[in-house]
Amino acid sequence: MTHEPTFGDLAPFVIAAPLAVSVLLLFFGKRIGRLAGPLASAAIGLSFAMGCVMFFGLLGEEAHGEGHNAREQIVHLFDWIRTGSLNVGADLLVDQLSVIMVLVVSGVGTLIHVYSIGYMHDDPRYPRFFAYLNLFAASMLLLVLADNLVLMFVGWVGVGLCSYLLIGFWFEKRSAAAAANKAFIVNRIGDFSFLLGGFLLFSVTGAFTFGAINHGAGEMSAGIATIAALLLFGGAAGKSAQIPLYVWLPDAMEGPTPVSALIHAATMVTAGVYMVARLSPVFAAGDALVVVGWIGALTALWAAVMAAAEYDIKRVLAYSTISQLGYMFLAHGVGAYSAGVFHLVTHAFFKALMFLGAGAVMHALGGETDMRKMGGLRKRMPIVGLTFLAGWLAISGIVPFAGFFSKDAILASAWAEEQYVLWAIGLGTALLTAFYMSRLYFRVFEGKDRVPEGAHPHDAPPTMAAALVPLAVLSLLGGAINLPGQLTLEHFLEPVVGASHVPEGLTAYLLAGIALLGSVVGIATARVLYLSRAGSLVRRKLEARLGPLVTAARNKFYVDEIYDRTVVWPGKGIALLSANVVDRRVFDGIVNGTGGTVARFSEGLRRLQTGYVRNYAVLFLLGVVAVFTVLVLRAVGA
Amino acid sequence: MNGVDPGYYLVLAALMFTIGVVGVLVRRNAIVIFMFVELMLNAVNLVFVTFARMHGEVAGQVLVFFVLVVAAAEVVVGLAIILLIARRRGTANVDEANLLRW
Repeated sequence: MTHEPTFGDLAPFVIAAPLAVSVLLLFFGKRIGRLAGPLASAAIGLSFAMGCVMFFGLLGEEAHGEGHNAREQIVHLFDWIRTGSLNVGADLLVDQLSVIMVLVVSGVGTLIHVYSIGYMHDDPRYPRFFAYLNLFAASMLLLVLADNLVLMFVGWVGVGLCSYLLIGFWFEKRSAAAAANKAFIVNRIGDFSFLLGGFLLFSVTGAFTFGAINHGAGEMSAGIATIAALLLFGGAAGKSAQIPLYVWLPDAMEGPTPVSALIHAATMVTAGVYMVARLSPVFAAGDALVVVGWIGALTALWAAVMAAAEYDIKRVLAYSTISQLGYMFLAHGVGAYSAGVFHLVTHAFFKALMFLGAGAVMHALGGETDMRKMGGLRKRMPIVGLTFLAGWLAISGIVPFAGFFSKDAILASAWAEEQYVLWAIGLGTALLTAFYMSRLYFRVFEGKDRVPEGAHPHDAPPTMAAALVPLAVLSLLGGAINLPGQLTLEHFLEPVVGASHVPEGLTAYLLAGIALLGSVVGIATARVLYLSRAGSLVRRKLEARLGPLVTAARNKFYVDEIYDRTVVWPGKGIALLSANVVDRRVFDGIVNGTGGTVARFSEGLRRLQTGYVRNYAVLFLLGVVAVFTVLVLRAVGA
Repeated sequence: MNGVDPGYYLVLAALMFTIGVVGVLVRRNAIVIFMFVELMLNAVNLVFVTFARMHGEVAGQVLVFFVLVVAAAEVVVGLAIILLIARRRGTANVDEANLLRW
């Protein structure tokens, strides 16, 4: 069979490029040394270039043939698992959704790689950092390009591993090592759920490929579909940090800041969002979407409240990420998958931007993360300040920044689906988001000039600026990919995730206006509280009024402690019981008891071995006499 | 059948055998013990020959030759061991060669 080369053939190389460099760096990192950063950046940049080729190839592709999505291409690499009725191929799926994800992962990834060259410059494990970063990129690209659940799970676990390695990159720090463990273990809980969901789908549809599963979803009973979807969502909740498994993400901030930007803001945490969109027919077949939407909305609000009380600049951004991921699930929950993916894309831009900005601030202030010790930094570091401004306005939802359009798309869809409660929660979250991000921005970049003692703030070095500026531009213009009325992205994704309801005419403008108003109110409140002269007084009064709430929020609502008591302690208790009682007493007892009994018995028996020939001879004689006696008696008896 | 009553031969063999057993048990010199073992073997040989004669069977006499050959081989090995022990320890007293024990 002759094969016309198409853009789909590039898919394996998109994954292979960073993977190859990663392996190279793992083995020869020390020798490569300083070149590791540029090399790794080039690899992921190459992936991005190939992603662009695939994207434009897909755009130019004429819809041919029959089927729901004539443009998609499946690239068969090799048979992977083939036994009995189970046939899993190493197949890659290139369609509109996966190409968008490839562009985000490799595009934002490239910028963050370049940024890391500057940020990690003085780190003794510089090559290893880039090896992990590239390995992460390869896993993530595999995750989004996989054509079946099994291969996706490989990427899914791979990104979890890289997340673990990178959170614990400075493992000499106890807290970093602990955070890495926490992230990994919490994610494993989600992974377990994901696996169960996958097995259930396989037992019902007999296939692991997305095409077959989504095709079979229509014939599934609603109950089965709901259970399967909820199990899968459990996996998504772990990876994308939703209630109840979000606890690992704030702690994950122990990792280097580029890691937080790449893995814990822009890409890995969106894997769950992507997976739900990918399997949208399964979610739609039952009642699981209600749960998805509500969990998303509640997570969004919950995390936003905690973000408003936090003083650590990176943790604010972490809670903000959780909150925004909740937003994406809220969108999925009302069936607006393309709106969710749209927000995923814009969020990747502005959240990565803000994390990198925060990293630049920490870099300049000698690792300081406490916002109370910062102030007026915009004048000292204008590039970082200005780019951060773009990110701040984008996440707050101010026209014409990207966040405005994506957030509005979600809220509008919620309204159009008549989920007014979800819409109200979303709106409240939007207001809170504008508030806490303004709080962060005002505290750090505006107001009185304040730096920690001994710090000499400087603006971002060139490699860092090279990442900040493009991301700022994207945060400003990113909304253009899905303008209301045009809905470019929506139509592009429609063959994969289906169309969603969007309000039209006056309602649309009204909803956008309300959302914008919410953002403005949030920003204005923050301005009064954190920039005006009377601000600190008002703040003190407010804190006194809201006392318990503020204390609770500042303590993360004691969720870590509750999990400690309800999950970790019983777990440790069972482990101790197994170790000290079951293993040490029961099993060791049986084994040692057997040995001991035999030993005691033989202790007496071995006294027979006197070493005197005579004794043996006597015994020998006695034996002979005994045998002889028996023989004689038997002969006589017979 | 003429000549001596075979019963006497058997009694003699039993006596020889008993002397051999007692000798093995009470003597300490390895060479002497060895000689008592030979005595026991020859007592058995005597029994074989006696029974062969009583029953007119040749098998008993054949067996004697086997015993003689095995005894000869045994003497070769046994004497070599005893000689080595004696060289090493300066004595052939079996009570002093008691290392192989608990």
